Amino acid sequence: MKGRVLAPGSVTARAIVLREPLSLWGGMDPATGRVIDARHPQRGESLAGRIVVMPAARGSSSSSSVLAEAARAGCAPAGILLAEPDLILAVGAAVAEELYGVRVPIVVVAPEELAGVADGQVVTISDDGEITPV
Amino acid sequence: MRLVVRAAEALRAERLIPITSAHVDSCLYHGEATVDFVERLVNGGAQVSVPTTLNVGALDLLHPELWRGDARTAERGRLLMGHYRRLGCTPTYTCAPYQLAFARPALGEQVAWAESNAIVFCNSVLGARTERYGDFTDIACAITGLVPDAGLHRTDARRATVVMRLAPDIPAALLDDDALYPVLGIVLGRRAGGRVAAIDGLPAGQSEDRLKAIGAAAASSGSVAMFHAVGSTPEAATLDAAFQGGPPDATVEIGLAELRAARDELTTAAAGGAPGTPIGTVSLGTPHASLAELRAVERELAGDRPAAGVELMVSTGRHLLAEAEGDGLAPRLRAQGVELLVDTCSYIAPVLRPSPLPAMTDSGKWAFYAPGNIGVEVIFGSLRECVRSAVRGSVWRDPDLWGAA
Repeated sequence: MKGRVLAPGSVTARAIVLREPLSLWGGMDPATGRVIDARHPQRGESLAGRIVVMPAARGSSSSSSVLAEAARAGCAPAGILLAEPDLILAVGAAVAEELYGVRVPIVVVAPEELAGVADGQVVTISDDGEITPV
Repeated sequence: MRLVVRAAEALRAERLIPITSAHVDSCLYHGEATVDFVERLVNGGAQVSVPTTLNVGALDLLHPELWRGDARTAERGRLLMGHYRRLGCTPTYTCAPYQLAFARPALGEQVAWAESNAIVFCNSVLGARTERYGDFTDIACAITGLVPDAGLHRTDARRATVVMRLAPDIPAALLDDDALYPVLGIVLGRRAGGRVAAIDGLPAGQSEDRLKAIGAAAASSGSVAMFHAVGSTPEAATLDAAFQGGPPDATVEIGLAELRAARDELTTAAAGGAPGTPIGTVSLGTPHASLAELRAVERELAGDRPAAGVELMVSTGRHLLAEAEGDGLAPRLRAQGVELLVDTCSYIAPVLRPSPLPAMTDSGKWAFYAPGNIGVEVIFGSLRECVRSAVRGSVWRDPDLWGAA
């Protein structure tokens, strides 16, 4: 499948599919990459180094900062796959690259295609937005 | 400018348009990345090109003695707040800039606002136009004075696509109580996601405080950037106006059972915060309390004070606090044991007295984020329930509020 690139980069990593929407601010500790949202079913799991699959976005406009800070701390997701464009995450990734040279590729794909990515599956994101299972 | 262009690309805008003001959320410390970013702007000599207000920061600069965290975080948070002043921003340090006469854009004005509750209030209640801007983008727009011509800046995107119809089983007394509105917002956020919804069935002419409560909660449980309340918000004089003459894509009915369930989910404490449950803390004023809400706290206290060992904290903006000092309201509240916090919020900054007991709040947003942010168990209630519970030291419930169970 191929999607629209919001933040460029190429990476291969294991996917984690979020079962509920998650705001990175208030939802992920940037110092560890762990989910801290008390109501989230995946609380305690780590997003660091994973390709995070987010069927829907939610919440705070501070998520740009949290993504950039996680990148600085080496605990950012390896990449993010979205069903809808998210300006806040795209800008967080742009700043992470500008300040620290850390790329967090973000790609938007159609919801039905996104549903084809299984939790735990290893996938590759390419610079052109191509997503391939490994 | 590169960030504004990146934003325009993400939104697929064809051009940039000028703005008249901005509200910047980036002044809250989230780690060294936030300092590294602004120092690049400060060192480059950047200045904002439009009037720009600031959202909350990491600490209360007027009452630094309230800080209970480590000294280094306070110092970095303070540094960040100061850097944004150096860029020419006005130090309002509030998440409710819409409460300040000088910071309220007019109907139809193009602006760049960040902070999820401010965004939804700006679009929905003021009728000024902003996209859902986040940290970094907000200051980039304020410096360039430009935003992408996309999304909610454009009339067509402001059209409601879904009707949220309130069912007839919702008691009239509940429609008339402030406690309904944050809960309705939680349901709205869940049902609407990122869509623009029109709420039909509320009494017309709702107060800004109630609309604030809807928006703040809806932007916590969903990614709502705008809603219409028919008869209350400026682009929804009628249901037809909210839909700009077109048909709704969907109609959703919201009944009492769904509202009660959402209310219950806002409480994380054991036994659902049943009457008599001991509490250690009451936190009000998220988003920042208006003068009307500060007066309501005084009214509900009715001359009493919080019980021994219970902390009652109200967050508000420094400009409103100055007004409340001037007319004697703030000194009276303090004399009754109320702590007033400005420039930050009690679920962001380590300011609450540590307590093993749950915290009570009237805010859907505080209830949503405080457990993850500051590790407290939460009990949600109306402002009246919160204040009276503070006085008793344990949960008091208004038996008539939510109808017979």
